[in-house]
Amino acid sequence: MALIFLFMYAPIALLIVQSFNKSKSRGRWGGFTFEWYGSLFSDESIIEAFTNTITLALLSSLIAVVLGTAACIFLTKLKKRTRSILMGVANVPMLNADIVTGISFMLLFITLRIEFGYSTILLAHITFNIPYVILNVMPSYRDLNPHIYEAALDLGASPAYAFFKTVLPEILPAILSGGLMAFTMSIDDFIITHFTAGAGVQTLSTKIYSEVKLGIKPEMYALSSMIFLAVLILLILVNRVQGSSRKAQEEEV
Amino acid sequence: MKNELIHLNHISKSYNGKVVLDDLDLIIHENEFVTILGPSGCGKTTTLRILAGFETPDIGSVIFSGKDITNLPPNKRQLNTVFQNYALFTHMNVAENIAFGLKIKKQSRSYIEDKIQYALKLVGLEGFEKRSVNNLSGGQQQRVAIARAIVNEPRVLLLDEPLGALDLKLRQDMQYELIRMKNELSITFIYVTHDQQEALTMSDTIVVMNQGYIQQMGTPEEIYNEPENAFVADFIGDSNLFPGIFVRDEMITIDGVPFACVDTGFGTNKPVDIVIRPEDVDLVPCGQGTVSGVVTDLIFKGVHYEMCVDVNGREWVSQSTMPCAVGEEVDISVHPFNIQVMNKPESEDEEAVKTDD
Repeated sequence: MALIFLFMYAPIALLIVQSFNKSKSRGRWGGFTFEWYGSLFSDESIIEAFTNTITLALLSSLIAVVLGTAACIFLTKLKKRTRSILMGVANVPMLNADIVTGISFMLLFITLRIEFGYSTILLAHITFNIPYVILNVMPSYRDLNPHIYEAALDLGASPAYAFFKTVLPEILPAILSGGLMAFTMSIDDFIITHFTAGAGVQTLSTKIYSEVKLGIKPEMYALSSMIFLAVLILLILVNRVQGSSRKAQEEEV
Repeated sequence: MKNELIHLNHISKSYNGKVVLDDLDLIIHENEFVTILGPSGCGKTTTLRILAGFETPDIGSVIFSGKDITNLPPNKRQLNTVFQNYALFTHMNVAENIAFGLKIKKQSRSYIEDKIQYALKLVGLEGFEKRSVNNLSGGQQQRVAIARAIVNEPRVLLLDEPLGALDLKLRQDMQYELIRMKNELSITFIYVTHDQQEALTMSDTIVVMNQGYIQQMGTPEEIYNEPENAFVADFIGDSNLFPGIFVRDEMITIDGVPFACVDTGFGTNKPVDIVIRPEDVDLVPCGQGTVSGVVTDLIFKGVHYEMCVDVNGREWVSQSTMPCAVGEEVDISVHPFNIQVMNKPESEDEEAVKTDD
C-alpha cells in the first residue's frame, strides 16, 4: 500500500522539490529558492495564460452550471426510459478520450468556419463541463421533494420566485460541488484546449507544453507545482461541499 | 342552508388514456369539514390537486364563490394546501416557513410577527420559531405545515392525507386538534384520506369515491348506517355483505332463510345486496334466533370480541362484549332495523368492491 502511494506521489513530490531548487541542473541540489516562482510572476505571457485559464474556468463552469441544472430539471420531467437514455448520452463525453473530444471539436469548428481563439476554447470547455454538473446535480434534484415547489406556489409564489427561494437553496450544495468540479476540470484540461485554441491564445497547460518543447525551464516546475496545488485545494473543496450536503440530507431522514 | 362555496362542475380527467375522474360533480359549502374518502387510486388526490390548481380538468370547471377558477394558477387561489409529506422548506427555520406566504404578500414586519405567534399558538408550538424544521418530529412538522397554510387566511384549507405518516396515538390526537382548529378558524376544510375512521371522526360530510366516481355522499351517520352500495358498505367499517333476495316489502331471504327488515320498494323476489354490521349480529342461545350456526373463531379486539359463525357454509362476523367459545352452537338474531338492503350494482364500473389497500 505504501509502495503504491509512493509511486503515485513520488513524481509530484520531486516536481515540487525541484521547483525550489536553486541549481539549474536538475541532478544537484543548489539550495532553497523562490527565484523560479518570482520570475514566473514577472513573465507577462505566463500572467496572460494564467488569466486566460482562470477566466475560462470561471466562465465555462458558470455557464455549464446554468445549462446543466436546466438539463436536470428538463430530464426529470421526462419518462423514465427516455431519461435514462438521455442520461447515458450525456455521460458519454465524460468517458470519451480527451484526444477524441479535442479533435472532433477542432473538426467541428473548421467545418463551421469558426475562427479559433478564446471563444472556441470556451465553447469546448462548457461542453465537456456540463456532464460533471449533471452528474452532481441530478441525484440531489431527484431526491428533492417535488411538493416543495408546489407548496411555494400554493402559498402565493410566482413560478420564478418559488424556484429561486425554495428549489434552488435545496439543491445549491450539489450545484456548488458540480461547479467546482467543472472548474477543476477546466483548469486541468490540456488536450481539448490544445486542439481548440489555435494560435495566439494560451492557457497555463498549453503554455507549459510549448515551453517544455523548447527546453525545460525551472519556472515550469514552479508553475506545474502551483497548478497541482490549486487542483488539490479545489478537489478538497468539492469533497467538503459534497460531504456537507450529504450530511444535511441524512439529517432530513 | 349553508352558502355554496365550491362547485366542481362535471369534472373529468384522465392520464395517458386512463380515466381518473369521470364526470365528478361536487358542491362544498362554507365552513364545512368535507372528507373525500376512498382507496388509493380512486381519484381523491387528483380532485384535491384540481382544487389547488396543480392540475386542470380535461372537461368541466371549478367554481369558487361564484367565479370560474378552472384556469387560475395555484398562486392566485384563495386556498392553501397541507401536503401529505409536509413539503416544509428545509433550509428555513419554523418562523421563516410560516412567514413565507406573508412575505410574498408584502405584509408589514409587525403583522407577520403577530401572525407567526398566533399560528404557533393555534397549532401548539409556542417557542419553536427559531427551530430548524429538520429537527422536528413528524407531528411537529405536520403542525408547522398547517401553521404555514393558515396564516394566509385561506377560505379553504386542503389537507392531503396529512396524518398518514404519524403513529396511531398521535393520529388520534391530531384528529381532535384539527376539529378544534377548524372550529376556531371557521373556514372550510377539505380533507383527503383513505382512513375511514378518520373520516367518520372528523367530517361534517363524507364523500366516498372509487374509480373516479362518487359512490356516496352524506353525513358520517348516513354513510355508516345506510350505505348505498356494496362498495361503501365494505369500505366503511366492518360488515357482513351477503347476496340476498328481496322477497317483498319488509321481508328478505339470505341463503333461503327469511329475515324481517324495514326496507320497502325494492320490488318482489329481486336479487339484492344485504349489509349487516357485525355489532348488529346478536348471538343468542339455540332456539331463540332466526338461524343456527357454530362458532369457528374467537378474537379479542380490546373493546369487544369478534366471533366468526359458520351458518350452513356462510361465515357471519359478530362483535360483542360477551364471548362465545369456539365450537359452541348458537343462534343468530338480527333486529329488522339493522338489515340494510342495497340494489345490486348495475354496471361493471360500480362493481368495484375489491379495494387495493
